[in-house]
Amino acid sequence: MTHTFDTSAAFTAAAGPTTSAGPPVDAPGQNNAPEYDDAPGYGDAYEAGFTESAGERVYTVTGGDWEQVIGGEDYSERLTVNMGPQHPSTHGVLRLVLEIEGETVTRTQVVIGYLHTGIEKSCEFRTWTQAVTFLTRADYLAPLFNETAYCLAVEKLLGITDEVPERATVIRVLVMELQRIASHLVWLATGAMEIGATTGMIFGFREREKILDLLEAITGLRMNHAYVRPGGLAQDLPDDVIRDIQAFLVDMPKRIKEYHALLSGQPIWKGRMVDVNYIDAASCIALGVTGPVLRAAGLEWDLRKTIPYCGYETYEFEVPTSLDGDSYARYLVRLAEMGESLKIVEQCLDRLKPGPVMVADKKIAWPAQLSIGSDGMGNSLDHIRTIMGTSMEALIHHFKLVTEGFRVPAGQVYTAVESPRGELGYHVVSDGGTRPYRVHVREPSFVNLQAVPAMTEGGQVADVIVGVASVDPVLGGVDR
Amino acid sequence: MSELVPAAGAASGKGGPRRQDAFGAAGSGDTSGFGGLVRNPPALTSSSRPFADADADAVYDALERAFPQLTDALERVVVDRGELTLHVRRDHLPAVAQTLRDDPQLRFELLSSVSGADYPEDPTGRRLHAVYHLTSMTWRRRVRLEVSVADDDPAVPSVMDVWPTADWHEREAYDLFGIVFSGRDGLERIMMPDDWVGHPQRKDYPLGGVPVDYKGAQVPAPDSRRSYS
Repeated sequence: MTHTFDTSAAFTAAAGPTTSAGPPVDAPGQNNAPEYDDAPGYGDAYEAGFTESAGERVYTVTGGDWEQVIGGEDYSERLTVNMGPQHPSTHGVLRLVLEIEGETVTRTQVVIGYLHTGIEKSCEFRTWTQAVTFLTRADYLAPLFNETAYCLAVEKLLGITDEVPERATVIRVLVMELQRIASHLVWLATGAMEIGATTGMIFGFREREKILDLLEAITGLRMNHAYVRPGGLAQDLPDDVIRDIQAFLVDMPKRIKEYHALLSGQPIWKGRMVDVNYIDAASCIALGVTGPVLRAAGLEWDLRKTIPYCGYETYEFEVPTSLDGDSYARYLVRLAEMGESLKIVEQCLDRLKPGPVMVADKKIAWPAQLSIGSDGMGNSLDHIRTIMGTSMEALIHHFKLVTEGFRVPAGQVYTAVESPRGELGYHVVSDGGTRPYRVHVREPSFVNLQAVPAMTEGGQVADVIVGVASVDPVLGGVDR
Repeated sequence: MSELVPAAGAASGKGGPRRQDAFGAAGSGDTSGFGGLVRNPPALTSSSRPFADADADAVYDALERAFPQLTDALERVVVDRGELTLHVRRDHLPAVAQTLRDDPQLRFELLSSVSGADYPEDPTGRRLHAVYHLTSMTWRRRVRLEVSVADDDPAVPSVMDVWPTADWHEREAYDLFGIVFSGRDGLERIMMPDDWVGHPQRKDYPLGGVPVDYKGAQVPAPDSRRSYS
């Protein structure tokens, strides 16, 4: 699919001596644009030239002058280069096909699909609860956002949105905001690494590790938690994690100051990012771009404020924006968002009141809470003792709910949350059965990647890397 | 239930089959309670106005004012769970889309998503649905457009001229469902390889998978396990 034009000696040598059939190359009074129509023997650029000799047509298949075939344009510097799918700066398996002239990118094509795992299709063959386990693996830097958005959709289909316990909603917000910080830290770390600021990478991953420790304490897993379930949560917070989160809240603001001290004013960092990969708000909306990229272009559009969910309208926080629309603005917006997320986490801790974390309706609520046993995490032993020893009906109920699942009334809904990358939407359709009929993920990474050509064409090759990083695509989400 | 979702028995007409639970109990013999559930057969329903939803009414009123041929353009209107779905005839899609984007009372600037969906038992015979989720950033509202086409005539006019972001969304719906978006360039596969045969997210496309041995028993592949619905 790629082609490079080369007007090297071989071509000119072949084309040179055959001017008898072709039009005069440098005839006086003729401009450089080729005029094939009135030139003898040239119906179009690709037709062989010919001469009439003794009433017969004699073809000369040597072609014309290459300069005229390519319309006088100079292609000598044009190269088509594949960046990826395996390339350290493409955040996974993203392939960019770049047409470059010298260091200037004239065309960027984004090719995706290398990580397509059919998550949406797989969901149709599992129960409503099991589908969480797949969807958490879509955007692997923001699994809790995927889980929450999907569960909000299922709860809306079930009509139990208002019955989800307050504590479950607060914990959902808490873990989502922790994860937003972790996701932005991965963006900071990988983005810094790609432009050579390896200290930034160490810093980013160092703090992210602390958040992963917190999430592991809460959910049992560092990533792909499957923690949020339709109707509530898989388990309640462990007792000692509140203290750890409070310690993190004290520590993290200092770390954000460190990032500013290390990077924000640094001449190379600014040189690589200021006024690079510009895109304005109108283009963002036309291309569907949301999240920090849109906010860095000046539009204060954050679903937590504009179309709130999970009670976000009751939390106090700012939506950081910038008018610059360049990579540096996106960096500052993300750093500021980390601070705002810390504020929300703090408010969540204040709001945590004892209570259930799963809806009361036993026809929906997963019957067993998880607990830590001698061989790791599993169904709570109390629950097993109850269903095995005391109540045949409870055992049947557990069996039916776990193997068959619950039915969801037919219909379709679209719910969206503000993920670290923008609007993460779930279009969920039920046919009234125990499995999702259709689950479609509106992935912000997928949509935002469409803006990469607009950001990078006309710029330098090195800026492509900054541009892709500033969009923060997660290929697990892009390809699903 | 007020939405078209063809399920088992959708085409069987009046009354429809009553769903049974896994043990075949159709009455109340099942202690879990699931067997007692009665499901009404799916049908092509339409909501009548007023919709009992302020946003849905506002959107519909504004669209009616701005787009006089609205009754010709719409097949059905469904308001369900506070969400408005306009089932648009495919020939009118670009004009309706343009109006929804540009009218000051509507201003659906953002096309959030286009998803395909496959309903093989759609009573109208048009199994492939293209579903557009629009967001008005001005009015902070959402609306859904749905266009259905038949398997043997799967063309839907592209809305790329209205929302450039539709590019990849439409390519995805084409790739995975085989909906052909006409009037645009570069409708290529995006998830699957270029030479792939078939459209994997259609309902009649198999999931695949192999049985797995586990502790002496064989666990069948996901698509051949027992299904309850």
